Amino acid sequence: MRYLPKSESERRAMLDACGVSSPEELFAHLPEGVRLNRPLNLAPGISEYEIVEYFRSRAAECATGYASFLGAGVYHHFRPVLVDTVVSRGEFLTSYTPYQAEIAQGTLTTIFEFQTMICQLTGMDVANASMYDGSTAVPEAAMMAVRATGKGRVLIAKSVHPEYREVLATYAKHQGMPVVEFGYIAESGNLDLEDLERQMDPLTGAVIIQTPNFFGIVEQVKAAAEIAHRHGALLVVVFTEAVSLGLLEPPAEADIVAGELQSFAISPSYGGPYAGIIATKGKYIRQMPGRLVGQTTDSRGNRAFCLTLSTREQHIRREKATSNICTNQALIALMATVFMTVYGKQGLRELAEQNLAKAHYLAGKLKPRFCGKFFNEFVVRAEGKSPEEINKALLKKKIIGGLPLGRFYPELADCTLLCATEMTKRADMDALAEVQA
Amino acid sequence: MIKKVTNHLSQNEALLFERSSPGKKAYQLPELDIPAVDAAEALGAENVRQEIAGFPEVSEVEALRHFTRLSTWNYAIDYGMYPLGSCTMKYNPRINEVVARTEGLAWAHPYQPESLSQGCMQVMACLEAALAEICGMDAVTLQPAAGAHGELTGILLIRALLEKRGNPRLKILIPDSAHGTNPATAAIAGYAVENIKSSETGGVDLTALEQLVTGDVAALMVTNPNTLGVFENNIVRVAEILHKKGAMLYMDGANMNALVGIARPGDFGVDVMHLNLHKTFSTPHGGGGPGAGPVAVKKVLEPFLPTPRLKRSGRRLAFDYKRKRSIGRVKAYYGNFGVLVRALAYIQAHGGPGLRNATMDAVLNAVYVRKALESYYDLPYQSPNMHEVVFSDDRQAKLGVRTGDIAKRLIDYGFHPYTVSFPMIVHGALMIEPTETEGKLEIDSFIDAMISIAHEIETDPQMVKNAPYNTRTSRVDEVTAARKPVLRWKPA
Ligand SMILES: Cc1ncc(COP(=O)(O)O)c(C=O)c1O
Repeated sequence: MRYLPKSESERRAMLDACGVSSPEELFAHLPEGVRLNRPLNLAPGISEYEIVEYFRSRAAECATGYASFLGAGVYHHFRPVLVDTVVSRGEFLTSYTPYQAEIAQGTLTTIFEFQTMICQLTGMDVANASMYDGSTAVPEAAMMAVRATGKGRVLIAKSVHPEYREVLATYAKHQGMPVVEFGYIAESGNLDLEDLERQMDPLTGAVIIQTPNFFGIVEQVKAAAEIAHRHGALLVVVFTEAVSLGLLEPPAEADIVAGELQSFAISPSYGGPYAGIIATKGKYIRQMPGRLVGQTTDSRGNRAFCLTLSTREQHIRREKATSNICTNQALIALMATVFMTVYGKQGLRELAEQNLAKAHYLAGKLKPRFCGKFFNEFVVRAEGKSPEEINKALLKKKIIGGLPLGRFYPELADCTLLCATEMTKRADMDALAEVQA
Repeated sequence: MIKKVTNHLSQNEALLFERSSPGKKAYQLPELDIPAVDAAEALGAENVRQEIAGFPEVSEVEALRHFTRLSTWNYAIDYGMYPLGSCTMKYNPRINEVVARTEGLAWAHPYQPESLSQGCMQVMACLEAALAEICGMDAVTLQPAAGAHGELTGILLIRALLEKRGNPRLKILIPDSAHGTNPATAAIAGYAVENIKSSETGGVDLTALEQLVTGDVAALMVTNPNTLGVFENNIVRVAEILHKKGAMLYMDGANMNALVGIARPGDFGVDVMHLNLHKTFSTPHGGGGPGAGPVAVKKVLEPFLPTPRLKRSGRRLAFDYKRKRSIGRVKAYYGNFGVLVRALAYIQAHGGPGLRNATMDAVLNAVYVRKALESYYDLPYQSPNMHEVVFSDDRQAKLGVRTGDIAKRLIDYGFHPYTVSFPMIVHGALMIEPTETEGKLEIDSFIDAMISIAHEIETDPQMVKNAPYNTRTSRVDEVTAARKPVLRWKPA
């Protein structure tokens, strides 16, 4: 087999050195009844060519050649070529977590750059090396806020990504962490700050909002922060569309920022792998989950980097750790790092401006359901037909329409969430608008 | 004698921020095909940021060189043996990378219609079935993102079942040899952790277990083979003791590379387990992730699996979201799909018989290393080992050299170190896992290096304590890094 690098004579010599006559003998110590006494019921091995063919056939059963207006947490942005070039290097692809700093300075240096750029983007003081994704970063941020405040109740806006809220519910259930939702304003799609104020109580340790929120609307971070802080809670700001940070004021009033970086050159890949982040204020460093890279020197006095503050982590702290996370999403974070480098200070802004322009062009042809300010997504109400019927009609034109919202928001069952990015073409927007309007 | 490596020019490289100069660009956007929009007007002036202070500005060639230069400062499987115990650092087949980038799969949006996602769903269904067969279990969820995430999913499943039976119970038992994620996970799932001391042979102590399993115990989390690389010979008995008291057996499947095609956890009493596709199934570690941590369960636990579940409806696949007893979601969407694609490609390449051969070579390599090194390094547990072998630095410590020093010296010989100081039940552990994708030449050269270091320690222990010498970065001051944390770059 091509992945097994031994000739028969080498294998024989090794078996001899081990004092056994066959490989099976190496398992002779396993108790009777434990061993599988039949072959696995799996097909025999196949060639590279056949593997490529298999996955091409599967891909052919999926959407190709469609224009898409789906966003809702996963965005179609162009991936600069350098991203694949860099992450295809075996030195990044096939190395482990950088525990041995002397031979992992490549990974460690890029993570330090990543942490720095995430801080610059979010207005926070520290950022970790990544979480699994945005959805799991939310409960991690909630648990962090609960530890920091000693208060167990969590308030989360209904306009946070519904699947993120579901993940939070799963994690929170057994930790004595009641989670309560507060609403959005029916006209604007913005946070209902009065509802937030009403629902605050002295036991609330975290208020969680998303901006731009699930409807694409830019939220009032400052006002939410003021309410949370006045009641002694921390404000967690979530983002799913990282490109928005090229243009939007960073959520500097937040105590914790929990986000998803899929927009930074990560292919949608049917839902993963992506990369989440947690960033925070300096005073909460010791409550952070996940890995952190710090700057230091080597014994010759040269700048060097290493994993640090690991007394927060499971391999040292075990059941008292800040999180159980071990493997994170390092290579995906590297993709995001290359993406941020390629676009840089000017490019990220220009990219965000293009997204803004495309979405506003499309919105100009339709009637947005909410009057709040939006970035590259917005909600429209389906007129006459249901969102599902409209999407069916669009498929005939090789267009995948937006996300019908009924499955997550029964009160918006007649609405669709549409997204336009720099990759959305004018002709497709015009075609969509004809069917949708 | 150092034979594997020779020094070679290594490029210096500044941080991106230090290379930046205003106006440099590595991008070009297309001309807008629609009118531009005034950001302040569309978003509200108060919502529009100033420039992103400090953000890099470099040209394309500089960006490429930056990351290429940094990459050469890493060691990687592509350079040679990477015997990190418990991590299963095997060759990452490149075909996996190619198929994961197939356009219809890589660009599939998780919310695109199911009718236009059948290929993705088929990949997931095939992988679920293959993993269930490999583990001897009845159902598999692919949603968890890594091993620790799988552990959490598994323990929540146990909790849900016990709750339905009337009492979720209070404690999870965890051997003192376990990985740190096990106790950390139990705590997040709302359980108290009770440590169970390993027996003299390093396994689960049956007498201790019988005493500890009370009506308060929800489950035992066991790693099998355990973190010494030793199969739990009493595993069937362990399962019986737990089951008799209504408790469950969770298996950390990080070490499945010792068992695939040889023995199945489902056949020896395990109720729920996770796999690490980034270990056993060859998906790349990427400097720390991404991974995938599918969870396999027996039938009784199936109703509680995370939503959504794949189901067949006629010739089509569909997602079932209406599962009343589910623990809920552990992650948005369906899992680290791109990692799942790679794992399925790996299983297809080997096929059933091939996977078993791979397991046999993995164990052969570890036993071979043990035989070659056991007269140089102390072997605290004598039971037959499987895919990895754990020595202690007992002999070398007498001369003041610890496992961490030996590891650093190994770097000079051109190898990545083994896992240092884990498991905790071995004082000064050297945990070596060669994996099946190392040939005889590479392993012999590793053995030579380890023997040579053992001799060096006898003649010049101080030299070993200051290693490595051949790296561009010498020993790193981790203490200062933690004492005065500098976690981001700032302009001087
Ligand atoms: C025995 C064991 N259990 C659990 C884990 C955690 O797996 P992951 O890093 O994928 O979360 C590891 C990984 O290092 C391990 O070796």
